[in-house]
Amino acid sequence: MNELVFFINNVVIAGSVTGSIYAIGAVGVTLIFSIMRFAHFAHGDMMTFGAFMVLLLTTAFPGAGAAIGVPTALVLLPLAMALTALLAVGIDRAFYKPLRAHGVKPIVLVIGSLGVTLMLQGLIRLFAGTGGQSLYIDDRKEIFRLALPFEGARAPVVVTEPQLYLFVITLVAVVGLHLFLSRSRLGKAMRAMSDNPDLAQASGINTNTIVAVTWVIAGALAAIAGTLLSLDVTFKPDLSFFLLLPIFAAAIVGGVGHPYGAVAGGFVVGFAETLAVFNWSVLLRPFRDSLPEWLTQAGNLAFVGTEYKIVVPFFILVVILVWRPTGIFKGKVI
Amino acid sequence: MPLLDARDVHGGYGGMNILNGVDMAIEADEIGVIVGPNGAGKSTMLKAIFGLLRVSQGEILLRGEPIHNLPPNKLVQKGMGFVPQEKNVFPSLTVKENLEMGAFLKPGNVRRMLKQVYDFFPPLHDKRHQPAGELSGGQRQMVAMGRALMAEPSLLLLDEPTAGLSPLYMNEIFEQVKLVNSAGVGILMVEQNAKQALAIADRGFVLAAGQNRFTDSGAALLADPDVAKSFLGG
Repeated sequence: MNELVFFINNVVIAGSVTGSIYAIGAVGVTLIFSIMRFAHFAHGDMMTFGAFMVLLLTTAFPGAGAAIGVPTALVLLPLAMALTALLAVGIDRAFYKPLRAHGVKPIVLVIGSLGVTLMLQGLIRLFAGTGGQSLYIDDRKEIFRLALPFEGARAPVVVTEPQLYLFVITLVAVVGLHLFLSRSRLGKAMRAMSDNPDLAQASGINTNTIVAVTWVIAGALAAIAGTLLSLDVTFKPDLSFFLLLPIFAAAIVGGVGHPYGAVAGGFVVGFAETLAVFNWSVLLRPFRDSLPEWLTQAGNLAFVGTEYKIVVPFFILVVILVWRPTGIFKGKVI
Repeated sequence: MPLLDARDVHGGYGGMNILNGVDMAIEADEIGVIVGPNGAGKSTMLKAIFGLLRVSQGEILLRGEPIHNLPPNKLVQKGMGFVPQEKNVFPSLTVKENLEMGAFLKPGNVRRMLKQVYDFFPPLHDKRHQPAGELSGGQRQMVAMGRALMAEPSLLLLDEPTAGLSPLYMNEIFEQVKLVNSAGVGILMVEQNAKQALAIADRGFVLAAGQNRFTDSGAALLADPDVAKSFLGG
């Protein structure tokens, strides 16, 4: 029974945490691609910027959450989302819009976003330093230990407070985005522009408005992903930058330009990563007597070591690009 | 005052002139048809009217107001609708969503206009929850025309609405164009099926090499032996 608990803790919960963060990040990347047709490499650092805003606000108002019993960082998250959305729109006005106006090729925008990455990272390092910092300043990270109602289950299922918030907020964000895209006038116009920008313009849809709305949504989602990631571990200036590859892998696996695909892709990549580094020998322990010795004697039966975790999304990316470049949901080919 | 009055329109792409002085006028309740050989500038003229192409010389008036070189979304506000020849629907949006996009600038109109468009094109009502990309060519053309009608245009520009359709659908589209016109919408369309199109046209414009070759009523052009010989295949 303890093996099952071990599996839940190390695969189900860990995979859902990683998957949720990849999913929210990938949705932003895929929305930007579907409207502006370029891979936004600065997305990871927009996530970090969102978390950085939370860090600043939490430092300024450390007691804000105590009054209502919610971590201060989460109380201030909506404000950080608004600031990050503002930053995203500002970056677009300052850097991407002039490039689009010149009618440059998408690759120029991609390289431009690489420049924005370096700028944002430098800016955040300048103020936050290079080390890790906890987003829990005045409050404590709650850890829940749930004992399973089975005989012999000695180890509890462990889940932390930010992880629970992460699951709830991911669900709310995905449902909210779905309702926005399928019900609201602006959301439908966004899908229309993603389908056929010329016809959207001929229908009287103001494409500049749609671009701005896209950045607001992408910025707000990036702030959510960055903050929840930093709450789960700690805030670091390069934390989200290293998620860029799995997030793009998730967007491509799901089908670029397909928001629901991005959510699915996020969880596929998240769970693939977690399963690849999971030590399967633990699960084999109960069957020790009926298995060959070479299998039970091995101490670590993970597919790859934890330090090579980043190989997994790379592998998935290559496989998808070779076998199904349009992704699960038949998206566009980057 | 004519609904549309284009005078001596010159224009083209990247310095290459395709239109070399086209005149074109239709009244509010008329169907105008542009015919002519390939490369005559028929579609180009339509694009110039809808602001998709720079007009370098001449003027285009909509009810007396100059509109040349205004962006398309401004023209939609002024009562112009445009149905491109290709890629004229949003494939992943449902039929209903496609139509709603046509009324993007007039969201208050959606319910009333949806009903009217479904009356014009009954098959669309049955397929309203289906993605437009899954429809047949003829039904797609209906979605495209319906989308443009949602903004209640006074002038509808159609670029080869029957291109690639079977003869059965072709007749249906011509019937629907007449129906839309009888509801008070001025129509200006480019057509390859010149004989059929001129048969429903109040005004016919035969273009060649970016200039007017013949301009007359549809019936007169059909009866003209010169037009028949050079442009309608005898």
